[in-house]
Amino acid sequence: MSAPSAIGLWGVPLAMIGGAVRVSTPYIFVALGETITERSGRINLGQEGTLVFGAMIGYGVAIMTGSAWLGVAAACVCGGGFGLFHGWICSYPKVNDIAIGIAMMQLGVGLAIFFGKPFIQPAAPHLPAIPLGWWSAVPQIRVALDVNALFILGLALALFLNWAFRNTRYGLMLRVVGDSADAARAIGLNPDRLRLYATAIGGAMAGIGGAYLSLYYPGSWNEGISSGQGLMAVALVIFARWNPLGCFFAALLFGGAGALGAALQSVGVTQGYYLFYAAPYVLTLIIMIATSSRSHSLIGAPGELSITK
Amino acid sequence: MTNASPDTLTGMPRVEVAGRPEALAKWARHAEALVIPGGALLAGLAVFSVFLQVLGKSPLAFFQAIYLGGLGSAFSLDNALTHASPLLLTALCVALPARLGLVIIGGEGALVLGGLAAASVALPLQGQPYLIVLCAMAAAGVLAGGLWIGMVGALRYYRGVNETIASLLMAYIGIALMNQLIEGPLRDPASLNKPSTYPIGQAYRIASIPGTQVHWGLVVGILACLCSWVLMERTTWGFAARVAGGNVRAAQIQGLPVGKLIMAFTFIAGACAGLAGMIEVAAVQGNANASLASGYGYTGILVAFLARQNPLAIIPVAFMLGAIDASGSLLQRHMGLPDATVEVLQGILFITILFSDTFYGRIKWLNPDLWARAQP
Amino acid sequence: MAYKLPISRRQLLKSTAAGGTMLAATGLAPLRALAAGPLTVGFIYVGSKDDYGYNQSHAEAAATFKKMPGIKVVEEENVPETNAVVETMESMINIDGASLVFPTSFGYFNPFMLATAKKYPKVEFRHCGGLWTKADPANTGSYFGYIGMGQYLNGIVAGHMTKSKKLGFIAAKPIPQVLLNINSFLLGARSVDPAITVKTIFTGDWNLPVKEAEAANALADQGIDVLTMHVDSPKVIIQTAAGRGLYVCGYHVDQAALAPANYLTGANWNWAKPYHDFITEKLGHKPLGQFVRGGIPEGFVKMSPLGSMVTAPARKQFDATLADIMKGNFAIIKGPMKDNTGKIVVPAGKIYPESAIELEKMNYLLEGVIGSTS
Repeated sequence: MSAPSAIGLWGVPLAMIGGAVRVSTPYIFVALGETITERSGRINLGQEGTLVFGAMIGYGVAIMTGSAWLGVAAACVCGGGFGLFHGWICSYPKVNDIAIGIAMMQLGVGLAIFFGKPFIQPAAPHLPAIPLGWWSAVPQIRVALDVNALFILGLALALFLNWAFRNTRYGLMLRVVGDSADAARAIGLNPDRLRLYATAIGGAMAGIGGAYLSLYYPGSWNEGISSGQGLMAVALVIFARWNPLGCFFAALLFGGAGALGAALQSVGVTQGYYLFYAAPYVLTLIIMIATSSRSHSLIGAPGELSITK
Repeated sequence: MTNASPDTLTGMPRVEVAGRPEALAKWARHAEALVIPGGALLAGLAVFSVFLQVLGKSPLAFFQAIYLGGLGSAFSLDNALTHASPLLLTALCVALPARLGLVIIGGEGALVLGGLAAASVALPLQGQPYLIVLCAMAAAGVLAGGLWIGMVGALRYYRGVNETIASLLMAYIGIALMNQLIEGPLRDPASLNKPSTYPIGQAYRIASIPGTQVHWGLVVGILACLCSWVLMERTTWGFAARVAGGNVRAAQIQGLPVGKLIMAFTFIAGACAGLAGMIEVAAVQGNANASLASGYGYTGILVAFLARQNPLAIIPVAFMLGAIDASGSLLQRHMGLPDATVEVLQGILFITILFSDTFYGRIKWLNPDLWARAQP
Repeated sequence: MAYKLPISRRQLLKSTAAGGTMLAATGLAPLRALAAGPLTVGFIYVGSKDDYGYNQSHAEAAATFKKMPGIKVVEEENVPETNAVVETMESMINIDGASLVFPTSFGYFNPFMLATAKKYPKVEFRHCGGLWTKADPANTGSYFGYIGMGQYLNGIVAGHMTKSKKLGFIAAKPIPQVLLNINSFLLGARSVDPAITVKTIFTGDWNLPVKEAEAANALADQGIDVLTMHVDSPKVIIQTAAGRGLYVCGYHVDQAALAPANYLTGANWNWAKPYHDFITEKLGHKPLGQFVRGGIPEGFVKMSPLGSMVTAPARKQFDATLADIMKGNFAIIKGPMKDNTGKIVVPAGKIYPESAIELEKMNYLLEGVIGSTS
């Protein structure tokens, strides 16, 4: 066991970069998925439940099959199922999508804990990391730049969605449906069906985010695995103004700021750690206050979205 | 937001048909408001029974446990009511701003800070008369919670910051603040393995309602619901809020003070949650500690949505939730089911109840308008 | 739930000699029911009883009584430290007829257990970890284990195995039991080399997997090469540390199976011992212990077997210290000692053996620990 030399205060920025890369992926997936859902005019607050269920089922399947990628696939399928269910129920008139989302959150977390008991103890195979820090001789940098394929996929998806919302037929359809159901019907689109698909895709992506939690980082199934990450990611979508690239950067910022609490203690700044741990929330709030304005608060908000109506 | 009363919820043009028996129609609408959620509840229970049957557990034993644990005796009824009591207030924290079209999900932060403020205020007042200390604690709780959510309202009005995300962020920040204070400057050194503030003192605790084990906080919660109902349904402010919630621009054109309405309603909402925190401190914990953040704020969101943001409906919904929660114990002990069973049950029930909203106005024998159409 | 897993929990426990052999290992006699009806015993856990940590250590002990004739075990998990625990206790008493109740989480003690005990004077309440005094109701008591000695032994092994002379400790909250563990770990390591330091990171709560993993990574970045912890479920920390090539010392239950090449040893609970004593006393209509404490000699605490990578000098000192501890009343906190702000916290000449009540009120981190109590 070769003891790497300490890197002192450089540990703080390094931990934030490493933290951003390690912690952000679930936020990226949930937020991108939710962006698709919300662009269609629906909000699914149940993503937290989907995330936790995805974490459980991904871990369980990985244990039973011995393949972490099969776990990811299972989480994706189950997440899609949760999304379909949400989309289907909300396609009935007068059903409130926010409320159904909250109830689905409870159901998803409940089912995950219910069926997840036998998976707490065994160890599942992990997803592999891609060593992007090969060029460095400093082991800490190499570890910080160990990047999971899902993170890169997340970046690619953000870029793709950013382009697709503007330049593809489906992207335009989604935005029309999201901005005005009446206008969509007028040009022959079926809003309910499109929203159903959009919610299903959103759920599938949240499932993948959950599988990342349990199969890569922190890499274990545990009943407290998420501590509200799914809900926070939905909030980040509003923060990012429904912009996929914005979601990606918001997730990075959130993950990086989240690493601050532990990193500061590790270099000897030990007092007030609760406040350091609150850094991501404070930072997000400050940025929101700084960038919002009274006159045009909801630029980019889909017109049909119940939470911003 | 579906916060309209049942008859406007049909969403259909109200065709006045000559000869429609008005009294019967009114009765039908009331019946609708009972039959639909009641039927949904039964359907949810049926779905859950199937879930149990698939797992090889007896649904019968389950109903027995629910009855025994949540409703069956004075003891279980007490438990259900105790569970319900903080939810009444935290649900109001969601329902009141909802009238203005605001979705506030951060009641937990207001509750926690309300509790912390109440505990801090009790400290220098030791030795003062009971009522003075209690009122001071309540005022502190109301103020802390009110300002916390009121700030969300102010951010919304003056800076256009989305209230949903702001309230969620502020809930996390509030909880961090409480933890920092109870493990730092406000910590009672004698609170060894459970860092807490100094106790408020046995003399200043809120007692139980005589003959029960339920503390007076329940009565406060019910009164708050009643007052909120009056505020929303019977005052100009409530009416103005409803107009503003429907269409901000129209409200502004009519000269309604939208800013004041938003601030007032968010303040009252936060005050309710803060009061819940104060009651939790004065009636249950005896000091402020990390257990104040045990999810009442988040459960309140669910209660408010199930009650369709109607303050009166919050009372039965909170009680139902309390009864299910209270019987969760027995599901674990008597049926050997894991703790999450009760969450699964709640999830299923809530989804069916929320789904049943779609049936309002669509069940023929409950909708006078459809009678009229059926007989041309 | 009938999952076919490569390893089941039971198998895992057997393989690490923690479950089935628990009673035999501590030489406990089988219980015989002397009472007429069955004795109902209630166990209450704050988290999931399958958490592979603190709550599981209690649940495993409770499970050893389930098959015994004349005893009925009722359990409830994930009971928060609010009114909910009062309801659970009362429900166990009123509906299941429990006459002996074990609320196992710190925050259950005051006011919840004490208030309920006043209401049910015929029921015996024993709390895990609380500092019981004679002023508390007569039908209450508390029990705990001197696991600090286990962390001292962890520290000895860590002190021998570290190259960087920097150790790490990931903890939930700065409460006396945690602080004692951190200080004990430091003192064990410093008995090997007085230059060793222990860096501490508090995560703020008992079960926060992402923060725990971040803490392990942050410590690894700072050149720490042996890590231990005091959180409810150590699994994530052990796996993350092993992933970074660190050695780990475990806590609560034996988790060597998670990282056989990195797991040096661990301080583990054996709650079956105090539970067995209480239940025997209750069945025999004898007064139950009210301030029950025990360490490694009494069988309350045990060590995970040393990993194969542990060097011979480490083994030697470990075994010698363990033998000393087995003699009882072992003391590691001896004056003069300064805390990490330079204040004298233990005056010269003062010696606190493991059983000293002062240690249960510890509010300092010793010089050599990098961390803060608030």
